[in-house]
Amino acid sequence: MTTTPLLEVEGLHKAFGPHEVLRGIDLAVMPGERVAIIGGSGSGKSTLLRCLNFMEVPTAGRIALDGRTLGRRGRDGGTVYPESELCGVRRRVGMVFQQFNLFPHRTAIENVMEALVTVKGTPRAEARARAEAELGKVGLSEKRDAYPSRLSGGQQQRVAIARALAMDPEILLFDEPTSSLDPELVGEVLRVIRGLAGEGRTMLLVTHELGFAYHFATKVVFLADGRFYEVGTPDEVLKHPRGERTRSFLARHSEFAF
Amino acid sequence: MTYAWDFMPVLRHLDMLALGLVNTVKIAAASIVLGVAIGLVLALMRLSPSRLARAPATAFIEFYRNTPPIVHFFWFFYALPVLADISLDPLAAAILALSTQSGAFYAEVFRGGIVSIEKGQWEGARALGMSRAQLMRRVVLPQAIGRMVPPFVERSFELTKTTALASTLAYGELLYQAMQVNSQTFRPLEVYTVVALLYLVLLITASALARLAEQRLTAYR
Repeated sequence: MTTTPLLEVEGLHKAFGPHEVLRGIDLAVMPGERVAIIGGSGSGKSTLLRCLNFMEVPTAGRIALDGRTLGRRGRDGGTVYPESELCGVRRRVGMVFQQFNLFPHRTAIENVMEALVTVKGTPRAEARARAEAELGKVGLSEKRDAYPSRLSGGQQQRVAIARALAMDPEILLFDEPTSSLDPELVGEVLRVIRGLAGEGRTMLLVTHELGFAYHFATKVVFLADGRFYEVGTPDEVLKHPRGERTRSFLARHSEFAF
Repeated sequence: MTYAWDFMPVLRHLDMLALGLVNTVKIAAASIVLGVAIGLVLALMRLSPSRLARAPATAFIEFYRNTPPIVHFFWFFYALPVLADISLDPLAAAILALSTQSGAFYAEVFRGGIVSIEKGQWEGARALGMSRAQLMRRVVLPQAIGRMVPPFVERSFELTKTTALASTLAYGELLYQAMQVNSQTFRPLEVYTVVALLYLVLLITASALARLAEQRLTAYR
């Protein structure tokens, strides 16, 4: 059985000035796949994720969504991405950030409604009903009228997930969603993400929570120096790593485990 | 040394001073409204990705930041009729001088407020598919406006006090009227004491209103 990958990346490069962060990434994500991206700090894992919804514009390479290559050829041979096309891509590829990035001047429910109304043009009453349903799913119905400053980090991140889900994205990107949370708040966010896995959503997750990655992912990639160093099932990469660098990375992560 | 204060002669001319106060408010209000419009355009130009838009706005702002306001008053009043054959009455010249000057300062207030909004807010909005206009209108500006209020008020107070320069063009604002009253009463101490109090009352009232506005704009914090 062959189907088109929902997301296809070919020869992706990203440089910030002279500093090359991504040095040729190839990746195909099938519908319903869950990819965990791991790697040391500075390995380029966040940059890779941020290229996929064009928070960063790639320096070179091809990105295709549902079989359609994005951008068009520019005069100098590079790829140009018109802003209108990128807005369309971002509607289809949702993102959850490490720092939540909720809008502080809007209540929880208004945060979830905002893009439904502004971007999709959903009527307010309908958007409100949808937002209430999404808040219910992340267990925050009773916080609907609270401003973000009144919510804990874990609650803020759950609102951010509800906000992304409300747009019906085809792909969800999680950029270290629990890295800025107090340890006791990590669980509530991971439980919500695990619930989404059960719905068969296509997701990519950058994380340091290797235990969670093991249970969550269908595929794990280990990134080093801007390249895929090792790719495989969670069992292959996390339990039986073949590469020397994967092994030492995993060893450092379990150094203080008991 | 004892000075015998006598406010009666001055108070008898209170109607002249009241007219001056009204004219001061008139210049200030018109210049603030026009200045805000000019400032918005300049701020958008400075935030534009195009150098062609940024450069003239920067030049305009730098010019006004580095020249004294009284020169602008004289320039609009005396130079414009010669150069462009446009004769301005003192009120129009004063408003033009003040609104262009404060437009340059307001532009920096607006730009400063906008760029002070954290990167995460821009990204959060973009990641939801918002266009630049949508994220400005719905996410950045509503938060930036609250931060713009204190420097905006500061600038507007500066502007209101600078209206006194219109007296050099013989326009009947508060200071000019005070000079008139003084020449009729020969009571400079009393006249300028009353004038100082009038400015004080005007600006304190305005600052109370501004505080109220700021509280309402930042209630979510």
